[in-house]
Amino acid sequence: MLADLFDNIPLMIIATGALVGVAASLLGTFLVLRKNSMLSDAISHSIVFGIVIVWLLTGQQSGPVQIVGAALTGLLTVFLTELLVNTRKVKNDAAIGLVFPVLFSIGVLLINLYARDVHIDQHAVLLGEIGFVWLDTLQIGPYRVPQSLLSLGAMTLVNFTFVALFYKELKLATFDEGLARALGFAPVALFYALLGLTSATAVAAFDSVGAVLFIAFIIVPPSAAYLLTDRLWKMILYGSLISVASSILGYFLASAWNVSIGGMMATMTGVFLLLAFLFGPRYGLIAQELRRYSQRQDNEGRALAVHLYNHEHEPREREANVVGALRNHLRWSEEKARRVLVRSLDQNLLTRDGDTLRLTPRGRAVAREIVEPWYQESLEA
Amino acid sequence: MDALLALFQDYTVQNVALGAALLGISSGVLGSFAVLRQQSLLGDTLSHAALPGVCLGFIVAGTRQLGSILLGALLTGALAALLMLLLTRRSRLKTDAGLGITLSVFFAVGIVLLTYIQGTNNASQGGLDSFLFGQAAAILRSDLYVMGGITLFALALVAAFWKEFKLVTFDPAFAGSLGLPVTVLEVLLTVMTALAVVIGLQMVGVVLMAAMIIAPAVAARQWSNRLEGMVILAAAIGAAGGVFGGVLSATGRGLPTGPLIVLSISAIVLVSLLVAPGRGLLWEAAQRWRNGRRLRSQQVLTALYEVSQRHQDPAYKTEQGMVNAYYGVGTGATLAQLQQRGLVRSMPHMPEEGVHWELTPSGRTEAERILKNLNPQES
Repeated sequence: MLADLFDNIPLMIIATGALVGVAASLLGTFLVLRKNSMLSDAISHSIVFGIVIVWLLTGQQSGPVQIVGAALTGLLTVFLTELLVNTRKVKNDAAIGLVFPVLFSIGVLLINLYARDVHIDQHAVLLGEIGFVWLDTLQIGPYRVPQSLLSLGAMTLVNFTFVALFYKELKLATFDEGLARALGFAPVALFYALLGLTSATAVAAFDSVGAVLFIAFIIVPPSAAYLLTDRLWKMILYGSLISVASSILGYFLASAWNVSIGGMMATMTGVFLLLAFLFGPRYGLIAQELRRYSQRQDNEGRALAVHLYNHEHEPREREANVVGALRNHLRWSEEKARRVLVRSLDQNLLTRDGDTLRLTPRGRAVAREIVEPWYQESLEA
Repeated sequence: MDALLALFQDYTVQNVALGAALLGISSGVLGSFAVLRQQSLLGDTLSHAALPGVCLGFIVAGTRQLGSILLGALLTGALAALLMLLLTRRSRLKTDAGLGITLSVFFAVGIVLLTYIQGTNNASQGGLDSFLFGQAAAILRSDLYVMGGITLFALALVAAFWKEFKLVTFDPAFAGSLGLPVTVLEVLLTVMTALAVVIGLQMVGVVLMAAMIIAPAVAARQWSNRLEGMVILAAAIGAAGGVFGGVLSATGRGLPTGPLIVLSISAIVLVSLLVAPGRGLLWEAAQRWRNGRRLRSQQVLTALYEVSQRHQDPAYKTEQGMVNAYYGVGTGATLAQLQQRGLVRSMPHMPEEGVHWELTPSGRTEAERILKNLNPQES
């Protein structure tokens, strides 16, 4: 039965995509929170250099040597970038944009010079070949398991162990680096470990989704999750779920339209981000607009209450605190005045006494809270 | 020389050289503003985001027609920049995440569209791949007119709004207080970065175009402290690196153009970072070394002067061993150098051992001048 599972090509492809996403989300969460997202852009481009060099030296296209080589390349990228920044001649963003194109260019040139007939060609670099993961399998006992699935599974496990073991330290280093350093948690070492794992994951994912699409898997799901929650573990969880959902949807849409599977999966992460951006419960655009709208309504009610309170017990109360006066005093249109009035009556802020508007105790409390902030009587009273 | 001449008479090579020069000029000029405004990585996002536009332009035109392809690239690039702004202004996402998201998702959409076009088996799709890594040899004469037109347009814009762009780049708050439409100008600068990206797409490709925006400007910044100089130099460096890499790729074994151009320009960046007068790292190191040497020689000279003053003997001969012991380091080299400048002379002083030094008259004047500069209030 398990053998059937491993022979099920669509399932293998989806599982590969999902593992890329989960492994990437585990790390991407911290990169996004640390405002270092663009380092993943630099790393995923420059590992092409590491992959080609390791391939030229050892002849291995994947496997542990490649993963270690890539981790080193990733660290080299970050190291060179910091070196440039430390000269103080180049700003951080420009330094990132100077280093990775050079490494990427050397990688692409070497591929063209020495590796024309091998399967790491230019296209594989950019697109990956997730549709062909089942071609490259490894016999484990009675099962033929796709190699990408194995290496990605291993990376997911390693990343998960890393995050689980250092969860507290990562959390502290992400949100309060100064405190982490003061307490002796070595945030810099932790950060480099994170980037090393990012590079290793990028190389494990390289065969399936290529260098550039990997950026989508590492940044977009955690960013979408960031729009949905304030808790770190939930952010990791939501990011992983979004990756899995993107893999499933991406596979079926790509099959239906006969387009790049990896590209479609990455596009779906973007769709989920857009959904979170629009419909997120607290930080979504629509939730923001609704909140702003209800705040505006509340403010209108408050303005009315304050106005009535100011003129309460004045000789001219009968002139100021009538429906018709709102137009002059608050510069409200007739329609708006009626709307606010109806709402305030509903909310039991005021009552109508003929033409005159009178505050209820509740309405008076609302007004006094604004006009006399020192007034401490609670609203519930 | 003849071979070189023949090379430049080749039709393809002419096209490539012209195209590369246009690319270098436009990305150098417009990149200067992007780098100074610390928006280097926006260029990266814009260039990756151009891919879906390239594909859409192809789908709409039905053929590899450069005009519609570049228009598509400009549109999706601008859309990406707009979305990036929306994401960062209206949500809690930061700039880096906004850049990364738009870059990767737009690129993914581009890949989807690219494979869609490949699936339709359109016979003229062949040239489309070249937009990934650039293919100089695929450039046609008609493409050059399009590129040249866009370059001229962009340069004219820069010339027309030079003062405004300069102010917005260096001090947007002051520009705003003068009543300049800062947001409009910033949007204009961003759109122009997208224009530079679009011009280079065919030569360098979407993946490496970011380097074309950043590298010439960084190199030029090393050599000039004025915006005028920087912009002109960036254009020259971009054009030189572009032509070198482009011609190399067009004549070589079909090597991808983008990486060659990027590596040529990056080599210029490296040299500039090292040796540029004033800001180069080697130059700074040499300056530090010269300063150190001057300071040492001044110290030794004034020490000799003080010793002779104490002994109330202008011709007092100080033993070199004593000066060495005083400073804890060998002063032989410094003294030899002072001797070369005619400020001290070595004197035999029998029967004692070791070299002795005495100040020459000009050495005394120099030492007095140094001490006077050190303590101006005492004189």
